[in-house]
Amino acid sequence: MRPACGAFLHALREPAVMAGFDTQIWDHVIRQARAAGLLGRLGALASGFSERLPEAVWRHLEAALTLAEQQRRAVHWELGQLSRTLASIEGPVVLLKGAAYAAADLPPAAGRIFTDIDLLVPQAQLGTAELALRLDGWFTSAHDAYDLRYYREWMHELPPMRHIRRQTLLDLHHNILPETSRRKTQPALILAAALPLAEFPRFSIPEPADQVLHSATHLFHEGEWQHGLRDLADIDALLRAYGADAAFWPRLLARAATLNLGRPLYYALRYARHLLRTPIPEEAIATCPERSGSVSGAVMDALFLPAFASAHAECRAAFSGIASFLLYVRSHWLRMPVHLLIPHLLRKAFKPVE
Amino acid sequence: MALNLGELSLAELRSRLACGLDLRTGPFRFLIRSRHEYVARGLATLYPDFPLQEGGFRDFHIRVDKVSGPRRWYRPQCNFWHDGHEPFKPLPADHAFPLLEWGMNWCIAGHAQHYLMLHAAVLERHGRAVILPGDPGAGKSTLTAALTLSGWRLLSDEITLIDRNDGLIVPLARPVSLKNQSIDIIRAAFPQAVIGDIALDTHKGTVAHLKPPRESVARMDEKARATHIVFPRWRADASAHLGHHSKADAFIHAATHGFNYSLLGRLGFELNAALIDTCDCWDFEYSRLEDALTVFEELVS
Repeated sequence: MRPACGAFLHALREPAVMAGFDTQIWDHVIRQARAAGLLGRLGALASGFSERLPEAVWRHLEAALTLAEQQRRAVHWELGQLSRTLASIEGPVVLLKGAAYAAADLPPAAGRIFTDIDLLVPQAQLGTAELALRLDGWFTSAHDAYDLRYYREWMHELPPMRHIRRQTLLDLHHNILPETSRRKTQPALILAAALPLAEFPRFSIPEPADQVLHSATHLFHEGEWQHGLRDLADIDALLRAYGADAAFWPRLLARAATLNLGRPLYYALRYARHLLRTPIPEEAIATCPERSGSVSGAVMDALFLPAFASAHAECRAAFSGIASFLLYVRSHWLRMPVHLLIPHLLRKAFKPVE
Repeated sequence: MALNLGELSLAELRSRLACGLDLRTGPFRFLIRSRHEYVARGLATLYPDFPLQEGGFRDFHIRVDKVSGPRRWYRPQCNFWHDGHEPFKPLPADHAFPLLEWGMNWCIAGHAQHYLMLHAAVLERHGRAVILPGDPGAGKSTLTAALTLSGWRLLSDEITLIDRNDGLIVPLARPVSLKNQSIDIIRAAFPQAVIGDIALDTHKGTVAHLKPPRESVARMDEKARATHIVFPRWRADASAHLGHHSKADAFIHAATHGFNYSLLGRLGFELNAALIDTCDCWDFEYSRLEDALTVFEELVS
């Protein structure tokens, strides 16, 4: 990673160093943080010593915190609405990622910006949940028959839904990995272990280990690298909070084995420690299920490290375009078997631009 | 030693724009890059009194240039970049300067959540700031230009910034955007007005910008207290007339026409309520600019 990015990462690792940044450094850090979707997080990390930052810089951080606070309010209000809409669904309705952090005020929520609400329901409840949402004004944007089939038969979620009046975006999941994915997990176990929320009794959140595992799986399987560093910062915040209890680590590793999510967890631990210096016990990394070997580890480093830095032009290395492309190919490779993947990519390549 | 943009020759301005011209307007610093001749000319005409800075923290890194590819040559187009991203669709290349102005507005309106931002012009005279909320076609910009050219201090034409800590108006002092007939009206009424290049057939029609007075720019770090909110409406043959405007309606108008009222939540409500409490609110109908200027002078004296 080029030194231009060093200050930004340093600020995420050791927030106190921000007090010593000069305006020249801030000129880079603010833009890199904004591109990575982490401006609000920097603001949250610096809020204890804001008077020691240049005023013009703090204005941007405070603006990002203001936006994050508005999103938190909006999500809380939206969850109140959705509680009524989804009252008749049997079994848990589990909030994932951003919505879970905001609803339960988990550590990654501080200053976090997000774009949609992710819900996980038992597969048997998918039709009922979709119907209830539709009746309440949630619609999928226009998709052709192929797209609908892609989502409904092969994916782990319905096409994104948007509320007709409030414009909120919502993803309804029945799994955390695509149906066609090479890797199989057991969403029923995540649903069964989910913890109900006192403030929103209709909703639950994944138990702590599952929060980490889902975030890691999403990060290393979906190929959305423009949010890569932000998602890694979420994992960092979760691990710093839960990992203070030594009993958490064996539970996390055992859970990864049970859910067959060892590899994404291994990557999450490896890169959180490498990029954000997350305090992770050596033993946790050494005993993580599905550790990668030294050769494949080196290859993945060469792909993932530039991709984490790809959000801002200043941080992009010469090869990060290639790395991002290879990771995009990888995310599809993981998502579907070849006999589905090749026709799918051809179709995407030749589909007329809308 | 801080330099004003007007102290640069056109050649110096061009070479600075090629690697980044560091311009300050009110609390914001823009690092502007452009190789487009219209951008250099527009800045030279309209921003000569604005201070240039060097190094340190810039709020927005922006660029206006011709696009690459065939549309660089065939029916050339230009675009606006904010730190490498293109928030807009390309425009015809001769709209480069208005595109820069709109891009700067977009930067402020989309990012400066530190302030309460109203969609309104604001001017000051005798220590009293008058806010002019503008429904399109109400003649807000014409009135703003006329007041600006009649001794009023221009605080802002498009975006009224309200400081979250003290509720005062934070000036930007940027050029006033004139549309369609108002360009000729202002030229006729104020022959001394400095108006930049005219861009035809933009999505807002014909557009040109009025240079802010030197004194407004020199005092752009001086905040002002709002005392009046005036809703202007131009109507053919109307005599100039101030009528009572309910504070409740003024509140709702400011809330719904703001850029970020709901985003600020409770703070937005409190700032807006404090603003409306301290301001006299009026409807103002007029047809002749000179009558309008008399009424406004009486309003603040």
